[in-house]
Amino acid sequence: MKRVQFEHSTIPYMFVAPQILIIAVFFLWPAGQAVYQSFLLEDAFGLSSRFVWFKNYTDTIWSPSWLQAAWFTMIFSTLVTFLSLGLALLLAVKANQVIHAARTYKTTLMWAYAIAPPVAGLMGNLMFHPLIGDLYKFLNAIGWNFDHKLDSFDAGFVVVLISVWKQTSVNFIFFLSGLQGIPKSVIEAATLDCRNATRRFWSITFPLLAPTTFFLMVTNITYAFFETFGIIDTTTRGAPGGATTTLVFKVFQDGFRGADLGGSSAQSVVLMIIVLTLTVIQFRFIERKVHY
Amino acid sequence: MKIKNLVMAGVFSTASLMTSAAWSATDIQWWHAMGGRLGEVVNEIAEKYNASQTTYNLVPTYKGGYEDTMTAGIAAFRAKKQPNILQVFDAGAATIINAKGATVPVAELMEKYAGGFDIKDYISGVRYFYADSSGKMIGMPFNSSTPLLYWNKDAFAKAGVAGPPKTWEEFEAMAPKLAAAGYKALAQSHSPWIFSENFHSRHNLQMATGNNGYDSTDVKILYNNPHMKMHWTKVKEWLDKGWYGFYGRAWGDNQDAFVQKKVAMWLGSSGSFGGLTKSADFKFGASFLPYWKSVIAEPKGTFIGGAALFAMSGKPEEENKGVADFLKFLTSPDMQYFWHKQTGYVPITNAAYDKAKADGYYKTTPDAEVGIQQLNQPGGEWTKGYRLGYYVQIREVMYKNYENIFSGKSTVDEAFKAMETESNALLERFHATYK
Repeated sequence: MKRVQFEHSTIPYMFVAPQILIIAVFFLWPAGQAVYQSFLLEDAFGLSSRFVWFKNYTDTIWSPSWLQAAWFTMIFSTLVTFLSLGLALLLAVKANQVIHAARTYKTTLMWAYAIAPPVAGLMGNLMFHPLIGDLYKFLNAIGWNFDHKLDSFDAGFVVVLISVWKQTSVNFIFFLSGLQGIPKSVIEAATLDCRNATRRFWSITFPLLAPTTFFLMVTNITYAFFETFGIIDTTTRGAPGGATTTLVFKVFQDGFRGADLGGSSAQSVVLMIIVLTLTVIQFRFIERKVHY
Repeated sequence: MKIKNLVMAGVFSTASLMTSAAWSATDIQWWHAMGGRLGEVVNEIAEKYNASQTTYNLVPTYKGGYEDTMTAGIAAFRAKKQPNILQVFDAGAATIINAKGATVPVAELMEKYAGGFDIKDYISGVRYFYADSSGKMIGMPFNSSTPLLYWNKDAFAKAGVAGPPKTWEEFEAMAPKLAAAGYKALAQSHSPWIFSENFHSRHNLQMATGNNGYDSTDVKILYNNPHMKMHWTKVKEWLDKGWYGFYGRAWGDNQDAFVQKKVAMWLGSSGSFGGLTKSADFKFGASFLPYWKSVIAEPKGTFIGGAALFAMSGKPEEENKGVADFLKFLTSPDMQYFWHKQTGYVPITNAAYDKAKADGYYKTTPDAEVGIQQLNQPGGEWTKGYRLGYYVQIREVMYKNYENIFSGKSTVDEAFKAMETESNALLERFHATYK
């Protein structure tokens, strides 16, 4: 009997090949290297190396510094994600209602999108500078005994504020286009049914925005975990007392500053697992509630 | 097409004609961490060297800060593309020296190719910092500085205080007067370097077991000692009384506080002298790092900070000869004096120091000599330096705990206990990796 088989062409494979190659070269290969390196104790110059199973993991991950960084990262990314999403949503809803000078509002709010995190950090650093910073002086003038060089809460405030500010405009753009994608007819029908604007928002608009919100949540968590590195490196550098050290900043400190390859590889593998787990959780449990 | 090729060929042949002199010279790659004005001086040194001979062509490349430069050197070494000369800073010394075979000891190199080497030619404070436990110099001290006290003469006059404190006891007596005149009495820019490492050297205290780490990698840190705890209890007291200003970890922020006349005294580096001369619009002086009379009657010298030049291994003999030749040139009295005058770093050889004295340099700028005088103060058992692994991370641990002392999050005892535990864990890791 002749088997029915469709003609296979190699062309589709050729089309995806560049993408696969890029993933392999820039993601899979380095990730594999990190996993391999995380089982070795190797001197920085690669002259001697020893396979040590999980020593790098147990050494670095049970250290008080790592645990402190992990704890801060959790709080930090939760705050940054929810604050920047919440603020952006509020601004998008308000900007969407504006009729006069709508363009100006929108452009002004999108402005910060073009700023790279390290630049945002440098600007923040100047504003919070103990000798010349205007925000530093202002906060002290209104009675907050503000000292982010020593107070861990104040330092956390600085990095959260800058990170949220930087990310809000990105979220704003997405929320605004999400809002504009909601059919007018739905909104008008809802307006006839219910006079309470707040209720209308939560029962009609917000669910319809869910796909956007979900997408932004995933990207914002990744932002808080990784991209905020540039902000922390240019502001607090993890100080005071390690209170604003995120996990990725610690990987950098130990690997790139301290030349501990095994330890920082182990940390980056753990970080990879954490982010992967978080993303899986989001897709399994939160995405179910999202209707496209 | 043809015409383009012809033109290209023409360009290439002209270019090769023009550079044929340079082509016959052997390139010597030098990766350094000297930015800004210091980088300009490095380039001037390279130009002077290249003009002085035709055999070698020295190519200096700025690679970023100290850590960036070391990381770049490490990555290059692993890819077998290492430069001939790599500048490595004090805290990274253990990493490069303990990686067996990463470098060729400069003492051997100069012995072999530069007509001999005598460690006694170098001033005592810099001699052994980058040497191995037998006293063989591995890295050539390059930019060497030492912590000094800078004091604002106008502020002192305003407060009615005669001069800078020799001891911390004297400091405590004058601080209230400076506070009354509207100044924070003191700030400093590098607590691990000034208030920890050099604290031990100045008071001749042991920093770590195994001869401060020179004899072995299997060592424990000794920072958790009563003298350090006493000092930091005092510093915290000063902070609470408003005698001590903490403007963050960054070097420049604390220096700025001094320049902006917020603090009357600032502990910085002997290398800061040149910069202060330009930025401070008041009269200031440089003085020795104070000590506790209650700990030591006659203080010892301090040791150097800064960085050294290492000759990377795995290079052809011809290039190694060039490295030796350049180091000989660099350590000549003329070049050292030039470097000293241009940057404020100390001259590393006795001959260069004598030359600066003979030239009358210190008659006109006496403050430029204070650093060398301090380095030349009598040494003790524990004043030659330290060699501790993962010291970059240990400094991070120190910063962290000092901040916790300042903020009141930890008591002094708790902070030093935590520092000891975390540092020893790092040293244990280093030992397991490099043994």
